[in-house]
Amino acid sequence: MTARQVYVPVAALLIFLAAWEALVWVMGWPTFKMAAPSDLPPAYAKYWELFLTMGWQTLWRTVAGLLLAVVFGTALGMVMGFSRTMRDALYPLLVGFNAVPKATVVPIVALMFVGWHDFNTVLIAFMISFFPIAVSVSIGLSTLEPEYRDILRSLGASQSTIFWKIALPKTLPEFFGALKVSVTLAFIGTNLMEIVSPHGRGLGALFDSGKTNSDYPLMFAVLIALALLGILLYYIVVALEKTFAGWADRSNI
Amino acid sequence: MTLDNLIDITGVRHAYRTASGPLPVLDGLELSVPEGGFVAVVGPSGCGKSTLTRLIAGLLIPDQGEVRVHGTRITAPRSNVGMAFQNPVLLEWRTILQNVLLPLEIVPTKLSRAQGEDRARKLLALVGLEGFENKRPSELSGGMKQRASLCRALIHAPEVLILDEPFGALDAFTREDLWQIMHRVKAEEPFTGVLITHDLRESIFLADQVVVLSGRPARTQYVLDIPDTGLRTLDHLYTPEAATMLNTLRHQIEVAQGRVPAEASA
Repeated sequence: MTARQVYVPVAALLIFLAAWEALVWVMGWPTFKMAAPSDLPPAYAKYWELFLTMGWQTLWRTVAGLLLAVVFGTALGMVMGFSRTMRDALYPLLVGFNAVPKATVVPIVALMFVGWHDFNTVLIAFMISFFPIAVSVSIGLSTLEPEYRDILRSLGASQSTIFWKIALPKTLPEFFGALKVSVTLAFIGTNLMEIVSPHGRGLGALFDSGKTNSDYPLMFAVLIALALLGILLYYIVVALEKTFAGWADRSNI
Repeated sequence: MTLDNLIDITGVRHAYRTASGPLPVLDGLELSVPEGGFVAVVGPSGCGKSTLTRLIAGLLIPDQGEVRVHGTRITAPRSNVGMAFQNPVLLEWRTILQNVLLPLEIVPTKLSRAQGEDRARKLLALVGLEGFENKRPSELSGGMKQRASLCRALIHAPEVLILDEPFGALDAFTREDLWQIMHRVKAEEPFTGVLITHDLRESIFLADQVVVLSGRPARTQYVLDIPDTGLRTLDHLYTPEAATMLNTLRHQIEVAQGRVPAEASA
């Protein structure tokens, strides 16, 4: 990583915060309309312990949902990528499922598994984030040029050899592209559950309590904390992508 | 069927099943390639030339007739073929050397890892890719990728080398370069080959026999033997003998396309 790759995003962040502060100051908005960045440090200072425990709760449940989405989405994508029949059968179902707003599913899931807070939250994070992974893996596999298959098949390779040696690595760039989308979706899922079905856990619950107590700077502080967690997970995915699919990056050529 | 022939294709018929009924692509295909021979197959586009390569590789079993390699009827893919296509299909995540080594990871081989690497390096040097072993495919030009793909097809010393328009997408100069490289490779690494091509000059420059297929459904329409003139150079393409052969082939292609009646060939 070069110095440029660090200071450019940091500078962009500082400019954004300055513009936000200036906007609130110029408009003379009270905190209940919009808190300024300078209102946030006191909120963090006051509730730092809650931010740590609840941030962790949100983070691990998001990651758990995301891991489930990776396993299930990849498996589903493989089934749809290799079999035309399964693709024709599953696509409408999958699109229909994805079109249902997850906010409406939250109360159903909350009732269905009442009391299983962690399970509920992980489930929603999973449900909202597996779709892009399944679609990208299926497209990656079904668009594999037949020559790749022929080269290996003519040597007597089995289907599983073809999958491990060619299909899987060739699909990795699409997979990581989808995973970047899924990371942010999973956060939305976790927080939907935490806000809509309050059980006092996670940053969503902290946001909700800020709302109940009219603590507006706290609400904004939660949003920024969520953004930071999202950025953290995103860059973890980017690092994984560099390790496993770095060959697909042509920007240096 | 004679025993001298490595590849014997007799009475092959094949049809693809499509939504609008069976689409016959091959009907009455006959082709023999002696051990060490190099046969070029030409014909109008869409006449089933690529189907032929898939039959020899065992990727496709014909509806009727038989394909024999070394007298054994082909009923499934065997590890003793090497294939190269117009699309070099190198694996982008591997270096050139690792790409060439791919077949050795699949076919049973007596070579150790080190021996395999040695052989791969030798082949790469033979086609002029010395020093590119650790590059990625994306760093190579089209002609270089095609040369690497050729090395991959030869690494496991296959009985049959199948080339499906390997030079079709290259510019004319690169193509002529590769023709000469092919002669060098054949001298150092003798193989029995089937070359599918659209380029008549390529067919008479590289092969020792040119087979013209008819339009779809394809049968063997004409066979031209290229006289052995020793080492061939590009100059051979500009001799009166070459002009005569090219004329004959071009006429046969026109017949295959249905543009002129077959009687005119006499």
